[in-house]
Amino acid sequence: MMRFMLLFSRQGKLRLQKWYTATAERDKKKMVRELMQVVLARKPKMCSFLEWRDLKIVYKRYASLYFCCAVEEQDNELITLEVIHRFVELLDKYFGSVCELDIIFNFEKAYFILDEFLMGGEIQDTSKKGVLKAIEQADLLQEEDESPRSVLEEMGLA
Amino acid sequence: MPAPIRLRELIRTIRTARTQAEEREMIQKECAAIRSSFREEDNTYRCRNVAKLLYMHMLGYPAHFGQLECLKLIASQKFTDKRIGYLGAMLLLDERQDVHLLMTNCIKNDLNHSTQYVQGLALCTLGCMGSSEMCRDLAGEVEKLLKTSNSYLRKKAALCAVHVIRKVPELMEMFLPATKNLLSEKNHGVLHTSVVLLTEMCERSPDMLTHFRKLVPQLVRILKNLIMSGYSPEHDVSGISDPFLQVRILRLLRILGKSDDDSSEAMNDILAQVATNTETSKNVGNAILYETVLTIMDIKSESGLRVLAINILGRFLLNNDKNIRYVALTSLLKTVQTDHNAVQRHRSTIVDCLKDLDVSIKRRAMELSFALVNGNNIRGMMKELLYFLDSCDPEFKADCASGVFLAAEKYAPSKRWHIDTIMRVLTTAGSYVRDDSVPNLIQLITNSVEMHAYTVQRLYKALLDDISQQPLVQVASWCIGEYGDLLVSGQCEEEEPIQVTEDEVLDVLEGLLVSNLSTPVTRGYALTAIMKLSTRFSSVNRIKKVVSIYGSSIDVELQQRAVEYNALFKKYDHMRPALLERMPIMEKTATNGPTEIVQTNGETESSALDSKHPPSITQPPNQANDLLDLLGGNDVVPVIQTTLPTKPASAGGELLDLLGDLSLSGGPTPAPAPSVPISQPPFLLDGLSSQPLFNDTAAGIPPMTAYNKNGLKIEFTFERSNPNPNISVITIHASNSTEADMTDFVFQAAVPKTFQLQLLSPSSNIVPALNQGNVTQVIRVLNPQKQQLRMRIKLTYTYKGAPVQDLAEVNNFPPQSWQ
Repeated sequence: MMRFMLLFSRQGKLRLQKWYTATAERDKKKMVRELMQVVLARKPKMCSFLEWRDLKIVYKRYASLYFCCAVEEQDNELITLEVIHRFVELLDKYFGSVCELDIIFNFEKAYFILDEFLMGGEIQDTSKKGVLKAIEQADLLQEEDESPRSVLEEMGLA
Repeated sequence: MPAPIRLRELIRTIRTARTQAEEREMIQKECAAIRSSFREEDNTYRCRNVAKLLYMHMLGYPAHFGQLECLKLIASQKFTDKRIGYLGAMLLLDERQDVHLLMTNCIKNDLNHSTQYVQGLALCTLGCMGSSEMCRDLAGEVEKLLKTSNSYLRKKAALCAVHVIRKVPELMEMFLPATKNLLSEKNHGVLHTSVVLLTEMCERSPDMLTHFRKLVPQLVRILKNLIMSGYSPEHDVSGISDPFLQVRILRLLRILGKSDDDSSEAMNDILAQVATNTETSKNVGNAILYETVLTIMDIKSESGLRVLAINILGRFLLNNDKNIRYVALTSLLKTVQTDHNAVQRHRSTIVDCLKDLDVSIKRRAMELSFALVNGNNIRGMMKELLYFLDSCDPEFKADCASGVFLAAEKYAPSKRWHIDTIMRVLTTAGSYVRDDSVPNLIQLITNSVEMHAYTVQRLYKALLDDISQQPLVQVASWCIGEYGDLLVSGQCEEEEPIQVTEDEVLDVLEGLLVSNLSTPVTRGYALTAIMKLSTRFSSVNRIKKVVSIYGSSIDVELQQRAVEYNALFKKYDHMRPALLERMPIMEKTATNGPTEIVQTNGETESSALDSKHPPSITQPPNQANDLLDLLGGNDVVPVIQTTLPTKPASAGGELLDLLGDLSLSGGPTPAPAPSVPISQPPFLLDGLSSQPLFNDTAAGIPPMTAYNKNGLKIEFTFERSNPNPNISVITIHASNSTEADMTDFVFQAAVPKTFQLQLLSPSSNIVPALNQGNVTQVIRVLNPQKQQLRMRIKLTYTYKGAPVQDLAEVNNFPPQSWQ
């Protein structure tokens, strides 16, 4: 399973952190700092995998953002790269040519998409369409929430 | 109170901050506003405030005061609130704090909500951060949802169940019924999560594993469909249909097929199919191949399939993509033990990877290279590995050096090659070798007797170049101390001998003593080396001077050594040559550590004893065996095996009668042990190694005269054998006061049943006349029952040409000798 996923910029600013194991806040901060240092120090030609503590780290850089996952010993690193890519594709489809700013200003949406794609460190749905459809529906629900009067008005009851 | 600012606005504002301090100020201000808003229990803006709080939390600021607010949001009816509330719970709440339990009821309600997206939120939260208590409370609800026909919920319930099982493994059983038809689903999401759930259960419980083996055919079918079916737009990734599901199925097959012949056979075909048909131009295809290879290597696959797998890895090694190369090296490392020959075929490619730029690849290649070294390729491999050692990063050097030493020790084609290799490592990576290499190397050098001159010469030359690498310096100074005479004599068969004088050598060693680069340990080596040269060189005065200077060194260790060496020059000069002579070949000790050494020493001790023992004991085979033969046994068997006549025999005559006497009179007659434990020998032998063969008179046990007749006097002196207090060691001293020698002197002894006796060889057969000398012989008596020691002795010798024989009883043993 995936233990955690981090998104951070080249300047070391954290944009998203998802932890799939119970970890103390202090330890999380320490690990994030350490890992960011290690990954940012890597040269472009180096391979996407590294050993860190007892975990395998799989990372990939998309434009100005690093997507960094920690997986366990028995996990397949190559397919983890595909998982990262799938997540980026989902974000891209949702935001329309996603860039770092989208994720900064809509971080909660990025979380929602991630939570529809992965759960407990494993993939929920292997269909891009399926995940995006679920998000779309949930967003609709949210909109209805925000303007319930318009629904009533629509029905001519208000 | 004005409406709290929107989330996006806050983000924009904070991003305009130019310094950390400015940002901190903005954050503090906003936090204060949010706090007061929370205090007002404002429902409308709670969601917005919590969202802002989550943003600030991501920037690294404390947000714990928002935890309860998250709970309130979760309890709200609005979907927006729930969405943010659950997100907040996942980010801010933590199972260590009791407050998280307050969520349980809300989650329970939401798991039964009418809207599937609300149910989904609840499942997601529980599945990501549910604590064991929450899992216990809500497992039933999850199990219910696992059986629903709604695939959206079913897939989430499956992963939630995985989390529950991870947190509370005992609950695994309750999910078993629901797994019955999970694999008959068409929905890929459900299929994928079901396979994950099945994998988790099989990994945790061997019973489950056996139970789920029957699913192998179904899994094979699903996998086959994925490969054979045409293009499926929904699940396609670069021309491959649902690679994520394929990989998960392959992983589950691995677990099911491991150590099971039938299952392995059932999956053989599909594995071969996947291995040959998968498109390898993109990463996704290689990901599937990688998983396939791992599965093939783990199950009981036929050899053709295994070869196919290793060849795939071999192709990976040549791939341009470094990720693929890395993964190949990792897998080969796992299989090199079991499929050594197959991996050997790719050796040259692996060795090329040593030159890769990537650190991870280099490390893997190094580990794999060491695993592939064998007697055939040692020269070639070592060349590459030494080249690698020269140029690699410091983080590798220690491991590489150790690996080189190990490989050299196992496969060195010649002693000279071995020493050359060691020299190369010491000179290139000398400061990185492990501490225990120094004694190991010294031992190796000592045992390569014919290479001493060559070794010391090379080490000396290396010292002239560089004295900064401590292990090299230590080994070199030890060798110079030991073989310095060979160095100055200019004999060297292997290469051109160098001309060096004693003074030059001493200059170098003294240089080590004063250099700042030398550690205290190295200085100790240098001083000892100088001292040793006092018996090998002629410039003893110079050495004396150096040694006396260090008698007042600040370094306590050096000072102690110098003072002791000084004493060697003054008071104990006669002992100096013996003390400082050439080291003998050392016993090879286990390289694994103290415990093993103790064991091997124990074994070698007894085996050494076994080898030492026969010569001394067989020395008087006629004498001792004769005696004991009469008693019906051999050395190690109790003196009496057969039953004896109970009637006391007449005095004089056979020894057999003697024993009859002894056994009856006086004390209790314990039944003879029918079979003596053959372990008896160790008792008697134990003392042998720890004691000198000549007895010193033990303090406290007075000697006694056992026999004194016709000028022949036999005295007994005693010693207690330390390892075994039941053994008394008696030394007889036979002296002859007559004017003629007693020749062919044989001393024999017999003891009662409860004792055991061992006679060692005498010092000689001739007792010289006029007390000019003694014949000594050692007797060892085992007295486990601490009975009073009694002995019959028989003496035979030739006196003035005539044979003389006499018997005597020895009863006057001092109590201390047998108590």
